[in-house]
Amino acid sequence: MARTRRRFNYSAVIGTIPMILVAVGVFVIGIAFTFFWSFTSSKLFPAYDFVGLRQYYRLWASDRWLVSVSNIWIYGLLTIGGNMVFGFLLAVFMDQNVRGEDLLRSIFLYPFAMSLIVTGLVWQWALDPNLGLQSAMHHWGWTSFHFAPLVDVNAAIYGLVVAGIWQGSGVSMAIMLAGLRGIDSEIWKAAKVDGIPPWRTYLFIALPMMRGALVTAFVLQCVSVVRVYDLIIAMTGGGPGISTNMPAVYVIDMITSSQNVGQGMAAATMMLVPIIVLLSIVGIVGWRRRLRAEAGA
Amino acid sequence: MASVSIRKLGVSFGSLSVLRDLDLEVAEGEFIVLLGPSGCGKSTLLNAVAGLLDIDAGQVWIGGKNVTWEEPKDRGIGMVFQSYALYPRMTAEGNLTFGLRVAGVAKDEIARRVVRTAELLQIGPLLKRRPAELSGGQRQRVAIGRALVREAGVFLFDEPLSNLDAKLRTELRVELKKLHMTLGSTMIYVTHDQIEALTLADRVAVMHQGVIQQLAAPKEIYQRPVNRFVAGFVGSPAMNFISGELVVDSAPALRTQDGTTIPLSGYPFAEQSASGRQVVLGVRPEQIHFDAHAQAAAALPLKLTLVEPMGADSLLWGTIGEEQVSVRVGPDETHEHGEKIKVHFQPAAASIFDAKTGERL
Amino acid sequence: MSTVVSGADMRAAGAKPREDARRDAEGPKPERLSPGRIGIYAFLVVSALFFLIPLYIMVVTSLKTMPEIRLGHLFNLPSEVSLQPWIDAWLHACTGRDCFGLSPGFMNSVKITVPSVILSILIGSINGYALSFWRYKGANLLFGILLFGAFVPYQVVIYPLIIGFRVMGIYSTMTCIIIVHTIFGMPILTLLYRNFYAGLPIELFKAARVDGAGFWKTFFYVMVPMSVPITIVAIIIQVTGIWNDFLFGIIFSGRPNWPMTVQLNNIVNTTTGVREYNVNMAATILTAAVPLVIYFVSGRWFVRGIAAGAVKG
Repeated sequence: MARTRRRFNYSAVIGTIPMILVAVGVFVIGIAFTFFWSFTSSKLFPAYDFVGLRQYYRLWASDRWLVSVSNIWIYGLLTIGGNMVFGFLLAVFMDQNVRGEDLLRSIFLYPFAMSLIVTGLVWQWALDPNLGLQSAMHHWGWTSFHFAPLVDVNAAIYGLVVAGIWQGSGVSMAIMLAGLRGIDSEIWKAAKVDGIPPWRTYLFIALPMMRGALVTAFVLQCVSVVRVYDLIIAMTGGGPGISTNMPAVYVIDMITSSQNVGQGMAAATMMLVPIIVLLSIVGIVGWRRRLRAEAGA
Repeated sequence: MASVSIRKLGVSFGSLSVLRDLDLEVAEGEFIVLLGPSGCGKSTLLNAVAGLLDIDAGQVWIGGKNVTWEEPKDRGIGMVFQSYALYPRMTAEGNLTFGLRVAGVAKDEIARRVVRTAELLQIGPLLKRRPAELSGGQRQRVAIGRALVREAGVFLFDEPLSNLDAKLRTELRVELKKLHMTLGSTMIYVTHDQIEALTLADRVAVMHQGVIQQLAAPKEIYQRPVNRFVAGFVGSPAMNFISGELVVDSAPALRTQDGTTIPLSGYPFAEQSASGRQVVLGVRPEQIHFDAHAQAAAALPLKLTLVEPMGADSLLWGTIGEEQVSVRVGPDETHEHGEKIKVHFQPAAASIFDAKTGERL
Repeated sequence: MSTVVSGADMRAAGAKPREDARRDAEGPKPERLSPGRIGIYAFLVVSALFFLIPLYIMVVTSLKTMPEIRLGHLFNLPSEVSLQPWIDAWLHACTGRDCFGLSPGFMNSVKITVPSVILSILIGSINGYALSFWRYKGANLLFGILLFGAFVPYQVVIYPLIIGFRVMGIYSTMTCIIIVHTIFGMPILTLLYRNFYAGLPIELFKAARVDGAGFWKTFFYVMVPMSVPITIVAIIIQVTGIWNDFLFGIIFSGRPNWPMTVQLNNIVNTTTGVREYNVNMAATILTAAVPLVIYFVSGRWFVRGIAAGAVKG
C-alpha cells in the first residue's frame, strides 16, 4: 500500500486557509473569548476587568436561568426520548415491507425540511386555546378536551415537546431505518428459522446491532436540543412569563436586549459543558472499545 | 529509452521498514519484472521509482539523472495501474491527452502521439467513448495508452493484468510482449503471477520481505533457483521438496528419514559439503520421470496416493520416503491407489538447499 | 355431538378445507390481512395523520376568511375559499415598521442563500479533497477542531463573532451573514466531502500526479467532475438549512436584509391589534415553500443526505 507524499505542499495549505481560519479563529479563539468575557463585568460592550466568578454566582441565582436549565432537561429528555422511541417504532414498522413506503417516508420526513420558525408558528396556532385544537374538539362534542398548554405556565413546556417530537422523529426514523437495513439479511433469516417472534428479534437482536445508527441519532438530537432557539421564539417567545425559557434564549437575550454580555458569556460557557461531557463519553467509550478490540484480536 | 538505477534504497512506513539497502540496475530497453507474494515490497519499490512515495534513504536515477527528489511528472515515466485508474468523466481520448495538456504540449504534437498510440494498441474506434462504455480489456488498453503517449523513457506497470479474467490476461500478456518488442522501451513490471514474469521478462527480480532474492533471466530463475523461497515460488505445479541428510561417501546421496537413499551424483555442488548436513532436495514434477521399464540402479520407489487429470497432462501424487511428491506424466496414464511405481530423475537438473539457511548448495 | 366439521362434509358443501388448500397450493401466497398486518398499517396511518395535520391546518386556515376562523372549527374545510390572505401575506403584511409583506424577505432569503450555498460548498469540497489526498501536518488536528465546532451550540461563539465583525466593519451586512453561513456549514460539508473523496480509488489520484497535475488541476479536472452525486446532496442540505435559518439571520444580516423567516416571525408574533390568522398561515406556507418543494422534488437525495451526514467518520 503506497501512500501519498508527505512533503509539504503549499497549495494544499493555501486551499484550506478558510478551514484554518475558521477552526482556529472561530472555534478556538472564539470560545476562548467567550470563556474570558464570562469573567468580566461586560454590559453592552465587552469589558476587560476581571471579576472572578461573580457572573456565575449571579447566573445560578437567577430565576430565569434556573428555569431555563430545568426546562432544557425536561424538554431534552422528553423530546430526545420521544424521538428515539417513536423513531424506532416508525422504523420498525416501515421495515415490514409495507406498500407505499416511499409515500409514508416522505410524510414522516417533511417536517425536517421546514424551518423551526414555521414549525413553531404552526403549532402555536394549532394549540391556540380559543381557536385551535381545543376549540375544534369542543365543537365536535368533546367538551372536556383540554389541550392548550401554551397558555399554562406549568404546561407550556410540554407544548414545545410535542412540536419537538413532530419535527425530529422523522429524521430519527430515517437514521434508524438505515441502520436496520444495514443489518445482514442473514441474521433475520436465521432468527426466522429459529422461530424467534419478530418483536423479540427487533428488540433483542437488531437493536443491539444498530449501535452506530442509535448513537448518531442520539447525538444529533442532543446537539439540536441544546441549541434550540428558533422554536421557542416562534411558539412562546419564552413565556408565558419566563416559563419556557431555554439556555439558548437566555444567552441571546442577555447579549441583545438585556445588555448584559458578562451574564450571557457565563451562560454560554455553561451551555458548552454538556456538549463536552457528551463528546467525552462517546469518545471514551469508542476508545475503550477500540482497545478491547485490539487486545482481543 | 532510459536506464534506471536504484541505489541503497530504504523505505519505511513508520517503524516498519519495508525496503532496506536495495540496489537494482535496469539497463536501457530491458523488461524487468518484480515478482513476489503480497507484502514483499514490490509495489513499494515501484511507487518509489515513480516518485509517488517519499523514500527514507538512497537514490533513484533515471536516464542518468538523479530524480530522487523530483515529482513524478519530471521523472520521464509513464505508469499503468492495476485498476486502470481512468478518469471516469473524460473520454478515452481525454484520458490519453490529459497529461500532455497539463504539460502544455503543442496541439499537433498531441494529435500525432494520439494517432500513433491508438494504432499501436488498436484503440482508435474507442477514443470518443467514456471508460464506463468500455470493457475491462479495452480500459486496460487505454490505460496503457495513457502511459505510452507520454513517450517516456521508462514505463512502470503495477500489476496491470490482475483485474482481468484469465482469457483476457493471456491475450494482453502477449500484446504487452509484442509492445515491448516493437517499442524497445525500458519497462519495470510488478506482478505476483509467475507465469507473467517468466513469459514477459528479460530478467526477473524475485522479492521476499523487502529483499531481492534473485535477479536473473527467467530460465535461470526457473532452473537454478538460488534459494528455497525462489524455488518454491516459481513454477506451477510447485517444486517437490524432500528433506534428509546428505551422505557423502563414494558418491553423494540423500538419506531420508525412513532410510530411502536418493543418489545425487552429477549434481554440481558449489563447494564441498560434509556428510551429515541437513538438506532439502528440490525436484520439479516434470523432471521426475516414470518409466515402466525402470533401470534398477537409478529408480526410486513411489507409493501412489492419487491421480489428478489436468487435461494436457496428469499429475501423480505419491510419497517417496514419506514426503509428498508430484510427478507430471502423460494424460493417458492410469494407475491404482497404493500402487508402487518406479521413478527417476537427473540430479544435475535438480536443486539442493541447506535445510537451515535455504541457500542453494 | 361433534361440532367439528369433517373434511368430507366441507367438500360436500363445496368449501375447500385447509388441508386441501395446502396440498393444492401453487403460486404466490395471498397476503392475508392478519391482525398483525392491520395493526402495522393502522399505526403507520395514524402516525402519518399526526405528521400531516399541521400541514392540513396551515393550508386550510390560510384559505379561510377571518369571520370563519373565529368560529373555531379548526379542521373544517373553508366554506368559501379566499386567496386574499395569500396576497396580503406576500404584499401587505406588516413586518414591524414596513408593511410590504413577505416579498422583500423572499428576495433577501434568495440573496443570502445562493452565495452562501455556493461558497460553503466550494470551501467544503476543497477541504475534503485536501484532507483526503494531501494530508499535511496538523491537517487532521484542524479537522478535528472543525468537527468539534459542529457540535458546539451557536450561542457559545455568537458574541465573539459579533464583536469580530464589528471590528472588521461589516457587521449587519449581507457579506456578514454569508460569511456566517459559510463558517457554520463548513464542518458538515468538509466531513461529507472528505468521506466521499476517501471512498474514491487512490490510483486515480496517483494517475493524475503522474500526468503532472498539481493540487488545483487535479481538483478541478479530475475530482470535481466526479463529485456530482455528493454535491447534489450538499446543495440540498445547505439550501434547506440556510433558507430555514432564523438566529443568524436576525443577528447578522441587518434589518434591511432580514430573511423570510425573520419577517415571518415579525408578521405573526409582533403585530399589535387583531391577529390575522389566515394571513399568518399563508405567510408560513410561503416561507416553508422553497425547502418543501426541494424536498418533495429531490426525495431520495434528501434521504441520502441524511444518511451521509449520519455516517460519521
